[in-house]
Amino acid sequence: MTNEFYVLMKFELLVALIIFILLFMKVGSSSWSNKKVLVAVNLLLLVNFVFGFFMNSDGTLFGEMFRTNKMVELQKNMLNLGALIISAQSYSWLKNHAHVMEFYMLLLSTLLGMFFMMSAGNFLMFYLGLELSTIPLAAICNFDLEKRQSSEAAIKFIILSALSSALLLFGISLVYGTTGTLNFSELPGHLNGSALQLFAFILILAGFAFKISIVPFHLWTADVYEGSPVAVAAYLSVISKAAFLFVFTSVLYTVFKPIAGSWYNMLFLLSVLTMFTGNLFAVRQNNLKRFLAFSSITQMGFILVGISGSNQMGYASVVYFLLIYIFSNLGAFGVVAFVSAVTGKENMDDYKAFYKTNPFLASVLSVSLFSLAGIPPTAGFFGKFFLIMAGAERGNYILISIAALNMIISLYYYLRVVQTMFMEESRATIERLPVNIFAKLAMLVCVAGILAIGFVPWIYHYIYALSL
Amino acid sequence: MNNVPLVQILFVSTGLFFIGMYGLFSRRNLITILMSIELMLNSVNINFVAFNKYLYTTQLNGVIFTIFIITIAAAEAAVAIAIIINLYRSHHSIDVEDAGELKY
Repeated sequence: MTNEFYVLMKFELLVALIIFILLFMKVGSSSWSNKKVLVAVNLLLLVNFVFGFFMNSDGTLFGEMFRTNKMVELQKNMLNLGALIISAQSYSWLKNHAHVMEFYMLLLSTLLGMFFMMSAGNFLMFYLGLELSTIPLAAICNFDLEKRQSSEAAIKFIILSALSSALLLFGISLVYGTTGTLNFSELPGHLNGSALQLFAFILILAGFAFKISIVPFHLWTADVYEGSPVAVAAYLSVISKAAFLFVFTSVLYTVFKPIAGSWYNMLFLLSVLTMFTGNLFAVRQNNLKRFLAFSSITQMGFILVGISGSNQMGYASVVYFLLIYIFSNLGAFGVVAFVSAVTGKENMDDYKAFYKTNPFLASVLSVSLFSLAGIPPTAGFFGKFFLIMAGAERGNYILISIAALNMIISLYYYLRVVQTMFMEESRATIERLPVNIFAKLAMLVCVAGILAIGFVPWIYHYIYALSL
Repeated sequence: MNNVPLVQILFVSTGLFFIGMYGLFSRRNLITILMSIELMLNSVNINFVAFNKYLYTTQLNGVIFTIFIITIAAAEAAVAIAIIINLYRSHHSIDVEDAGELKY
């Protein structure tokens, strides 16, 4: 029993261990310089990621409160990789910051919360993980303490996330009232699709939709991304969204399976709204962070198309797409974060003739944007292809045509950024920036991921075999 | 004590929930907005306890859930108030209308 405990909760225990190491270093007022701390934390995260490949097994703990299997462990390790990449990219921002250890403690607590949420087997555990992953995130949105925009972003984030968790909780309470259980494994047998249960489901869906910014609930996204530090914006748009999507998909496919006919129509409507709104707002943005926020909203719309397939392929395509999305979005955010940390420039006009002065950064950004747009040699194409295939199995060709149409619209604004960097002339172009080794490694990993994943077929087959 | 029917309790809790939501959308002061959120969370607590007491008397799930909601609401309020204080330092106001630089 005790050994099983250590093996099954390996991911949580490792992240908690890193948090405690940092805490003890902070309390013991260590005299380490920022650079030393950053190197140590990045190494610890690397060890954490590598260790995630070993000793994986299935099982449940604490009376089904905590359950894990190979799929959940793969997803957790994807998040570990994303956290490592973000940590390496934020080196140039953090090396002169006064509160590096606090930043990592808060960041890793949210990661811990997401891990608990992903292996929750009960709505109570799920709610606790969700709050552990949300509250520290609001605190690190405010990490540029002296910036006006940062505190505005944080207040918007905490109030809207409190509202979303209130909606979610009201839904959970109604589910409890109608079924008498909170266990994920017992719930499907008790759901019969009565009006009250559908109302409860809509409230729970609204709670999730806030977290993954699906359209009627997306209004906080762009503001929070613009105001918070770029590393935090990258974390919000990739890690947090990926974790919530993993839980959302598995909850829809297992717990709410008895009312699948009802949620299919809701997802159809939300997905169409999300794709169109995200695209149309992304076209008119000038700030690159806001632009990436709306582009990530559009990507969520495409993911909903895949989820609506509601079969094994749907689940596999969502996980596969998110793996690619981690690399491509972090590549784009990495360049924006680096330029913002060194020069403070975030607008699209500042990137005119960027290729002439910084060919490496411009190439990384273009490859990532190509992947986000879904242009063939990059992995983004294969991700979107599988999502749309999964949606098409359901036979709803209206949704598929709308998704294809939106991919064309999205090409316009992704290529506009590339065109600005490569073709336009400017006198006030950004000077040549020396890229530090951490940021360079992280960007190279992103580019390698984008180029390789599409051409390595066993990755998709492996994910497909692990899906429900 | 048991002669209050469940429907009336649910009526109160649903009313409380939507009053809280109305307050959240209509108030301009950030502290009042936080109070509205507490109202919404407390209506959920009433729901859980009522369901537990009237329908599922053999288990404790609802009551335990309530304890956790109260704890986490306190943690959330603590962080939110810290952020509000920081907002006050930079904006010299805790009115939501004054925190409107990020738009569209």
